[in-house]
This record gives sequence, structure tokens and C-alpha cells, in this order.
Amino acid sequence: MGAVSKEQIYEWLSSVTDPEVPALTILDLGIVRKVEVSGAGSETVATVYITPTYSGCPAMDVISLGIRMALVSRGIRKVVIEPQLSPAWTTDWMTEEGKAKLKAYGIAPPNRKAFQPLGLFEEDCVACPRCGSDETELVSQFGPTSCKALYKCLSCKEPFEHFKCH
Amino acid sequence: MSNKKSLLDYTLRLADGGLILGHRLGEWCGHGPVLEQDIALTNTALDHLGRARSLYQYAAEQFNQLPADQKTNVFTSVSIQNIISSGASIDEDDLAYLRDGWDFRNELLLEQPNIDWAYTVARSFFYDTFNYFFFTALEKSKDASIAAIAEKSLKEVTYHLRWSSEWVVRLGDGTDESHARMQKAVNELWMYTGEMFIMNETDTSMVGEGIGVDLAAIKPLWMARVRAVLEEAAIDIPADAWMQQGGREGRHSEHLGYILAELQFMQRAYPGMEW
Repeated sequence: MGAVSKEQIYEWLSSVTDPEVPALTILDLGIVRKVEVSGAGSETVATVYITPTYSGCPAMDVISLGIRMALVSRGIRKVVIEPQLSPAWTTDWMTEEGKAKLKAYGIAPPNRKAFQPLGLFEEDCVACPRCGSDETELVSQFGPTSCKALYKCLSCKEPFEHFKCH
Repeated sequence: MSNKKSLLDYTLRLADGGLILGHRLGEWCGHGPVLEQDIALTNTALDHLGRARSLYQYAAEQFNQLPADQKTNVFTSVSIQNIISSGASIDEDDLAYLRDGWDFRNELLLEQPNIDWAYTVARSFFYDTFNYFFFTALEKSKDASIAAIAEKSLKEVTYHLRWSSEWVVRLGDGTDESHARMQKAVNELWMYTGEMFIMNETDTSMVGEGIGVDLAAIKPLWMARVRAVLEEAAIDIPADAWMQQGGREGRHSEHLGYILAELQFMQRAYPGMEW
């Protein structure tokens, strides 16, 4: 194995998905902040900087393992994973492709820019990912994972999850 | 106290607050009144624990860099003393599982028992409001690690504050029973709110360094927000009264010991055990 380019590492990372939202890769989510490659051949060292979506996100350990597996299986024996807290992750880093995948998967994607926060008692208007209706209601800000809220659609009556603007 | 010790003390206080309230909220797991609220509390608990982990990692890093002679008298428990005297470094788990109660710096408010939904809501409301203003200010800390953790936490704290504020209003402005319970919880927990704003030696040193937050400056912001939400909830604001304190210096209520007994038992009984 000769020198490995950063682009190659990114391409390999594009096979790693979020264990809790398997429709999204870690690149779609925007949690890979930087990749560094040094050395060549069997001495290649790949350093991947990742940022958690939420402080206590339990998926981070599985994601780290996924990154390690993806790179080791391609012959990179030294993989370093560095957590990076700042700047804090926001849903603005999610790719447009990622948002489209989320919607197709049945999760309403974040629909506003995270740097335009809501007032304390304001609520997002979230369209139903199934029927497209805007007649929806927040059930709970806290869903099955930290990054999602629970909604229900008043038109098609289906419950759904919304990936919160964060 | 040296500046290094002050930073360690400050970091541990913030970490302990997250761990202890996270544990209290976690006690609701499987016991919430409805599924969505059970999930809301465990989500919130996870945020507090996640923040505590980042802070304990940072505290352990600071501790491990202290000169050997300064390490021996920081924590009292035999378990942690054994690690230190063997020359090994300590980690986040050692700080959470092996310190004795008087080495915990969390505010007394956070260790108070859940009692009922209103107490749980009131305790979170007072602390979430504090956290909101505290982390807003702490984001500007000159300490890069502290600033990064604050920036991350502020986004999460904003959800917590929305949740607890909405519940204060819902219970306070609800039925006679929910109103009475909310009022009682606010009255009984009020005496623990003053401690959050006390500037001790550690705070003064950290503010001087540009690392910590001037608590006197956020007190009026806290008061105004609490007043606004309580008024909307039709809850009377308790009159000025004597305030409990001591948590930050390690003088705790009887409740902390029970929390630690549950939290630390496995690691104390079977050191280094893993699932």
C-alpha cells in the first residue's frame, strides 16, 4: 500500500453509518471535522477528528468503532480517533443530501438554521415526512435519542420523529 | 489555594453537579408518569452525565499533571489513595466512583430527593435557569476546554429549561392539587437556591483568571427569569429567607451518601470491574 490520500479516507468513511439513524452516514451528519494522514504503507497513520452531536450521545463509541473497522479493513493499521468539542456540532453541518435521506427514511429533517434560535416558548413548524402536511403537533421535545423530538401529524394521524434543529 | 487547585476544584464542582442531578433524574427511568416524560428525563439525565464525563476527563488530566506531593491530600478515600500512591494516573471513572462524599462539590439542591413530580420539576427549573445564564457566560472562558464544554452544554441546557419551565407553568396553573404541590416544592427547595450564587475562594480566583463566571452578575438574570415563569404559573415567590449552603465545600445533606452508596457500590466492592 502506497500513500493514502485524505480523499480516499473520506471515501472509506462514507460507508460508516450512524447506528441510531442508519439512513445517515457520519459524513451526512457532519460529525467528521477533520482527517489527517501521515506516513505511508504499513506505517500509515490516519487521525479522524469527530464531534459528538450531544454530550452524552451513546452512539459515539459505536461510531468510533465503525470508523476504526472501516479503515482497518482497508489496511490502515494505525487509526487515531480524536474527539473535538469545539466548535459545537449543529444541525447546520448536516448535508442537504443527508436531510433528503432523513426525510425518505421517515424522519422530518431540521428545517431552520440552528443559529436562528427559537424563543423560550416558541415551537418549530414541522412538516409531516409521510404526507407533507404542516398540520402537526409536538408531543415531546425529547425522543428515542437525544437528537430527535416526537411529533404527530394531525392530517394523516401518524406519529413521527423530527431531527431537532440544534 | 493555587490557581491549578482552583481550576481543579471548579472543574470538579461542575462535573459533580452534572453527575448527581443526572443520577437523580435517572432514578425516574421506568417510573415516569407517561412514556414521553420518562424519555424526556432520561434524555436530560444523559446530557448532564455527558457533560460530567467531559469535565471529569478534564479534571483527571489536571490532577495527573499535579506534582506528586500535591496529589496526596486532595481526595481522602483509601481506594483513590491506593491508585495515587502506586504512581498510576486517575481517570474519569475514579473521580466518579472512588471519591468520598465530602470530596463532592455539587450544590445541595442537586442531591435533594425526587419526592414527587413537582419537586423534580422545581429542582430542575432552578438549576436549568442557573445553567442557562451560567453557560452563556462560561462560553467566553479563557480556558479552552471549559469554554468548549460550556458551548456544547448551552445548547442542551436550553432544551432542559424549556422543559422544566413548561412543567412549572402546567402544574402551577393546573388543578388545585397540582398547584398546591408545585407551590410546596418551590417553597421547600427555595432555601437551596442561594448557594448557586455564593462566590467562594475558588470562584474569586477563577473570575480573576478570566476562566470562571461572576455569579453576582447572573443572579439578577436568574431572579428575573424565575420570577417571570413563577408568575405565569400563578406560584408565589417565597420570601427572602435563610439559605442553606455547604455543598461546594463538601458539607452535604444526608441524601448524598445514599446516592453514592448506590452509584459507587460496585466499584468499591469489586475494584476495576467491567460489565
